[in-house]
Amino acid sequence: MKRNNFWVASFTASVVIAIALLVTGSPVVRASDQPSAASAAVNIDNFVFGPQTITVPVGATVTWTNKDDIPHTSVSTDGVFKSKVLDTDEKFSYKFEKAGTYPYYCTIHPKMTGKVIVQ
Amino acid sequence: MTDKNKDRIDQKLQDLNNDGVDRRGFLKCMAWAGTGLVWTMSGGIPSSRAFAKGHGKDAGKGGDFSFVQISDSHIGFNKPANPDVTATLQTAINKINSMPHKPDFIIHTGDLSQLSKPSEFDTLDQVLKGASAKQVYYVPGEHDMLSDNGEQFLQRYGKGTKGSGWYSFDQKGVHFVGLVNVANLKAGGMGSLGHEQLEWLEDDLKGRSASTPIVLFAHIPLWTIYPDWGWGTDDSEQALSYVKRFGSVTVLNGHIHQIMQKVEGKVSFHTAMSTAFPQPAPGTAPSAGPMKVPADQLQKVLGITDVNYLVSGRSLAIVDSQLGESDASSAGSGGGAGGL
Repeated sequence: MKRNNFWVASFTASVVIAIALLVTGSPVVRASDQPSAASAAVNIDNFVFGPQTITVPVGATVTWTNKDDIPHTSVSTDGVFKSKVLDTDEKFSYKFEKAGTYPYYCTIHPKMTGKVIVQ
Repeated sequence: MTDKNKDRIDQKLQDLNNDGVDRRGFLKCMAWAGTGLVWTMSGGIPSSRAFAKGHGKDAGKGGDFSFVQISDSHIGFNKPANPDVTATLQTAINKINSMPHKPDFIIHTGDLSQLSKPSEFDTLDQVLKGASAKQVYYVPGEHDMLSDNGEQFLQRYGKGTKGSGWYSFDQKGVHFVGLVNVANLKAGGMGSLGHEQLEWLEDDLKGRSASTPIVLFAHIPLWTIYPDWGWGTDDSEQALSYVKRFGSVTVLNGHIHQIMQKVEGKVSFHTAMSTAFPQPAPGTAPSAGPMKVPADQLQKVLGITDVNYLVSGRSLAIVDSQLGESDASSAGSGGGAGGL
């Protein structure tokens, strides 16, 4: 029965190792495993995009929320994305599929500018 | 005060416009002109260069006329700074209707609506239908450009205009030009007129006699008031160079929801109060947004602008008044006219 014990032991060991691997995470990262990197928030208030520059990983979704009492927009200067007019409490989301730098501004109050860096 | 200084000041008090009225007389006359007038001055010199004597008495005589500028009605806005902007617009119209002289027309310097919604424009039209002056001229503000780059606005108010809505017209020898500086705004920039409009303006003014009084009106100020808040127009220098040769130029703007005036040579700049809500003075608040004031103060920070043209002086007198007037019996109320 030493042979059986050996197999049982090694089987158990591999199961334990497998569980350990699953628990500690595998080298293949899926977006659903890391919810905090997949989305980011920009608040619009007092005629300012906050944070003005935001860095997110490829595939992340950025959501702008207008907390100001005046409408604003979020429009890419390179034609990549364009929100509708956002009144107070309205939101706009965009998923960044490609790495790069995306400057944007408010078309109503063009002094308001921001940047999304995707890497 | 030394005699030399006193002489200098007396010189400044002299008749600036050869109309028989010096600064002291001017202010005395202002007291006759009505109650609750708010008059701003810079450097002790009145920023209007003529005085309209006795509203109604001389107005309409031989080419004299008047019009009213209103601005920034923001129909559709409903936040605490003013939960009922339609009501305050109505107050402004009532005020125009109760003026002793009927203005020839009204100029609205933009931000008619809050969100360019058809219902907002409809409401504005309803209220203005009740004005004594039936002719209203408009230029859009950035809030009127929110649907398809201003399509709604152009459809309703842009007949006979060019490009994003610019145009000119004449009234009793005065040449009026409505400019649009809220279209195609560039990131990080302020107001913008654009190449096409500037070319049109140069052509429009060509050949006109330098003695023709010119009135330019546009939403965003055509002079730089506060760049951080976008209060200025990036390419206005070029536009102003086209009017430099004229003997009398008046620039009427809105957008900043407060009165600011400046005189530079023969050009007078003036921004109007809003009929909806006030905004803070430059740099005095974190942003340029709507400024809340106690409810009983609201009518005092909203207003209209009465502009009187006198043929004799070929110049325009600009008079601002609040929607709600305190019982002011002298022109000194609120205007800094004290210390005469």
